[in-house]
Amino acid sequence: MIAAIIALPALSAAILLSLGNRTNKFGPWLAIGASTGSFLIGFWQFLQMLSRPEEERAVVTTVYEWLAVPAAGFKVNFALQLDQLSISFVLLITFVGTLIHIYSLGYMSHDENPRRFFAYLNLFVAAMLLLVLADNYLLLYVGWEGVGLASYLLIGFWQHKPSAAVAAKKAFVANRVGDFGLSLAIMTMFIVLGSVSFSDVNEGIKGAPAWVSLTLGLLLLLAACGKSAQFPLQSWLLDAMEGPTPVSALIHAATMVTAGVYLIVRSASIFNASEIAQTAVVVVGTISLLMGAVIAAAKDDIKKSLAGSTMSQIGYMILAAGLGPIGYVFAILHLITHGFFKAVMFLGAGSVMHATNDNVDMRRYGGLPKVMIFTTITFFIGYLAIIGIPPFAGFYSKDHIIEAALSHSWWAGAAVLFGAGLTAFYMTRIVVMTFVSKPRWEDDVHPHESPLSMTLPMIVLAIGATSIGIILTQNHIFEHWLEPVTGFVEPEPPFSIQTITIITLSVVAIGVLAAIWQYRKVAKVAPKNVSFVVTAARKDLYGDVMNEALLMRPGQATTKFLNIFDKSVVDGFVNGLGALTTGISARLRRSETGYVRSYAMSIVVGTAILVIALLIVRL
Amino acid sequence: MMQNVVNSIPTPNFEYALLSPILIMFFAACAGVLIEAFLPNEKRRLTHLLVIFTSLLLAFFAVILQSGPNGRALVASGTVALDGPGWILQGTILLIAAMSALLFAESKVDPLGDAFAARASTLPGGEEEKTVTKLGWAQTEVWPLLSFSVTGMLLFVTANDLLVMFVALEVMSLPLYLLAGLARRRRLLSQEAALKYFILGALASAILLFGSALTYAYTGSLEFGQISNGISSANNSPGLLTAAIALVAVGMLFKIGAVPFHQWVPDVYTGAPTPVTSFMAGAVKVAAFGGLLRIFYVAFGSLVWDWRPLIWVVAGLTMVVGSVIALSQSDFKRMLAYSSISNGGFILVGFSGTNRAAIAAVLIYLITYAFATVGAFALITLIREQAGESATLIRWKGLGKKSPLAAGLMSLFMLSFAGVPLTSGFTAKFGVFTAAIAGGATPLVLIGVLASVIAAVFYIRVIILMFFSDPIPEGPFVVVPSVFTTIAISASTVVTIILGLFPQIVIDLVSSASVFLR
Repeated sequence: MIAAIIALPALSAAILLSLGNRTNKFGPWLAIGASTGSFLIGFWQFLQMLSRPEEERAVVTTVYEWLAVPAAGFKVNFALQLDQLSISFVLLITFVGTLIHIYSLGYMSHDENPRRFFAYLNLFVAAMLLLVLADNYLLLYVGWEGVGLASYLLIGFWQHKPSAAVAAKKAFVANRVGDFGLSLAIMTMFIVLGSVSFSDVNEGIKGAPAWVSLTLGLLLLLAACGKSAQFPLQSWLLDAMEGPTPVSALIHAATMVTAGVYLIVRSASIFNASEIAQTAVVVVGTISLLMGAVIAAAKDDIKKSLAGSTMSQIGYMILAAGLGPIGYVFAILHLITHGFFKAVMFLGAGSVMHATNDNVDMRRYGGLPKVMIFTTITFFIGYLAIIGIPPFAGFYSKDHIIEAALSHSWWAGAAVLFGAGLTAFYMTRIVVMTFVSKPRWEDDVHPHESPLSMTLPMIVLAIGATSIGIILTQNHIFEHWLEPVTGFVEPEPPFSIQTITIITLSVVAIGVLAAIWQYRKVAKVAPKNVSFVVTAARKDLYGDVMNEALLMRPGQATTKFLNIFDKSVVDGFVNGLGALTTGISARLRRSETGYVRSYAMSIVVGTAILVIALLIVRL
Repeated sequence: MMQNVVNSIPTPNFEYALLSPILIMFFAACAGVLIEAFLPNEKRRLTHLLVIFTSLLLAFFAVILQSGPNGRALVASGTVALDGPGWILQGTILLIAAMSALLFAESKVDPLGDAFAARASTLPGGEEEKTVTKLGWAQTEVWPLLSFSVTGMLLFVTANDLLVMFVALEVMSLPLYLLAGLARRRRLLSQEAALKYFILGALASAILLFGSALTYAYTGSLEFGQISNGISSANNSPGLLTAAIALVAVGMLFKIGAVPFHQWVPDVYTGAPTPVTSFMAGAVKVAAFGGLLRIFYVAFGSLVWDWRPLIWVVAGLTMVVGSVIALSQSDFKRMLAYSSISNGGFILVGFSGTNRAAIAAVLIYLITYAFATVGAFALITLIREQAGESATLIRWKGLGKKSPLAAGLMSLFMLSFAGVPLTSGFTAKFGVFTAAIAGGATPLVLIGVLASVIAAVFYIRVIILMFFSDPIPEGPFVVVPSVFTTIAISASTVVTIILGLFPQIVIDLVSSASVFLR
């Protein structure tokens, strides 16, 4: 039954991709049906899990024995683990996923080939579900690569645009760096701990020497950085906005990019065992959350600005995950609330683009509330949620992370507080430039509200963004829910909770007011003479330059060297060997004369040699 | 006095139920002869098809029903051993024969009719040939011939007596000699192949028979179990026994196409009608290796250290020579013939393992290879030009652009032959290499790995040719076959993929049944 959650979208993707154009008519509906079915099964499993006592909630189902090399003691099952953590993801992925499927129905209606788009979406959902349901690292890796593939295909969905094709490639390559870390981690697990299943690794890590947990922790962090666009592997996420907006909402905001957070929380036992690895996680999270916020504040492209915001918010989650048992629960809580409010804002951005001939430049927006009221209201709810105004969802999750960070260290606490202010600044900037300010539309643009298939998912997600935080934090439901999987320790911040809330809200208010003051008038063209910070932020804080210096140039140099080595030494050897073999082949071929007498001769002589040789050996 | 002599011959005791697969195929063959004799021309084809497929199906069910734990026995007065490997080999042979029979039955791909000459007795290229072809005559004798050959194979892989084995070998081979000469196109080549096959086959049979006689001379028995006992108790000249083993081995290695007894293979595989080639490369290979396993592990089981060096040398030579010569082939069928030779070498590597593991590894290799090879040959029948099948490799350029499905499936089989993971070929190669390493034959495995590298070159070259070159003008075209060939290709594709993804299915089945009765 659990397997059906994955099988439905996988099957649908297989049908749509293999039968091709024949499925054009019903393709999108089949995809939506598969995703909805997945959600319903997931929800049913969730209800069943609730009905079981706490210690019996986690179940592992072995579908079949996947790989076994008895000689090496290697055995991996295709087994799915459904526990409190994975069901949380299943519900998020299938619920938001289904809504975005429906949204795509309207958004992609003018596209040449929506069927292929829906097939890839289904493929993504299936892979993502496999990622969170796997009961071992190797199967998780399959899902990990699967979402990478789906992400690549969807970023490059409009491959006729060179920028989309390049962005897809960039995302793929940057992800390879992270994937390399994950594959090394899996190999290390097998060699040192003898198994790759979560339960065995959790057990094995307890008795292992310190370097094991440190190595594994750093390798897993590298993997998480790649998939979740964290420093130093963040640069692909901004370019990934070349993909259709529903993709940005689902994959590059709500679900796939959070896989790194999942990986770290799932590997809690490894990180708990190594303080250095945990600190590394916190540092990466801190840098990313500040970098992302700065980039978001300088971009005029609405999707790129939101992408910077995604990077920043995931930085919050990574940071929380690095705090250990006081943070895991809040990392996941923020991940879920973020899934709602960021998805609604991306869908809102898509709706705005839909209305303005696919223009993404916020400097040519403005004055939209009158023409698209649903989009404005839902986006505004998302805005209130992300900057953390009570009672919207982001307030609860972010406040907890700030508490946890403050009880960890002063610098982490200061960083998240500063981040909250930056968040308020750049989000207010987006809202002001897009909606509130005076219209600065291009001449041929006539904005209009989007169809129901697009506004409905936005409304549903906005309701979620309003209520999910308050629901999940009532009586500490979520802490108790996840505690059996991740463990939980109550954070003990240096100030009282009320004080922290007041400080946070004041910082947020400063950010909001600063943005309103700064953008009281918006120019149609971005100003040129700006401070070096803005210049740097417009260039993604030189993320690409850094990539080139750290990864590309040394990589190219190595390749150049290896190429020379390969041509002169390896090729010389191989080609020589190849020529030799071919030469021998041509000669041996002549033994095939076609004369039956020579064949018979060969048999008789061969027999004689065999008999004589055996006799000599024997006697 | 007269009475006495008669009494001293024991009445043979037949367990008809257990022997039913063999008997069913035998009756089918006899029925085929009667159909040829009594039915009018136009009704023969359909009746033959009914008889052969019904009997193959019945025989296969008989194998499944009886192969349980109760079905393991020495029957027919100890001359037939129905044991785990025996049943598995019989079942495999029946399935492969059924797939080849489907190819035999195909009459859609060639506008002139099925793959066989309209009248084998007409002069190639003569007026009479044109007349009978135009009249649409068909040489329906292929069906009883096929049934007889299958009967021989079923008996061959379970024979527990050198004499029965020899008879079975002849029953299996004689129809093949005839079938090889029946091609509709390029008939001279086909007839030449048949004659070569026959002459060399007779030579090999004589060597086998000579070896059997020497075995009898040394041990005083022809039955495998008693040969094994006789070897330990008899104290004749050991030279006699050594020569016996070598000669019996040569008789078998000839059928397998091991170097240096391989030279007939390319000529015969190229000349024979492709459905017959698929039958030879698939079923005959299974049967011959089955027989070789039984002789070496049952009759000569106690002499492992004597015959193992022989197998080592032959296996190494076969892998290397087969793969190396395949490199310079320009004809696809001929290339596959060398591929079949080198695969025979890989299977022989499995013989260097210890008893049980080796038998299981060899059986798995046989099953996977037989299915893939039938699929590859079935695809050849579809890639055609005006003058018949287009087997010249260079003309396949860009086939992937014209027919991605056919080229894709062909690539799958090529990858499987090359032993790429996730195809059945990997499962098979991994199995024999593991068994051989466990048996201490690491140097041989190293040679095997090197040979697979060489072999990968010519397999992958086919894929590159099909997908990464531009099509040549007026190149070959891919015809859409009837349901017969479609079933055969689908079955081999499914098996190749399933056994690559879920090898455990066949490993479990075979490992539970890899003990010979003696």
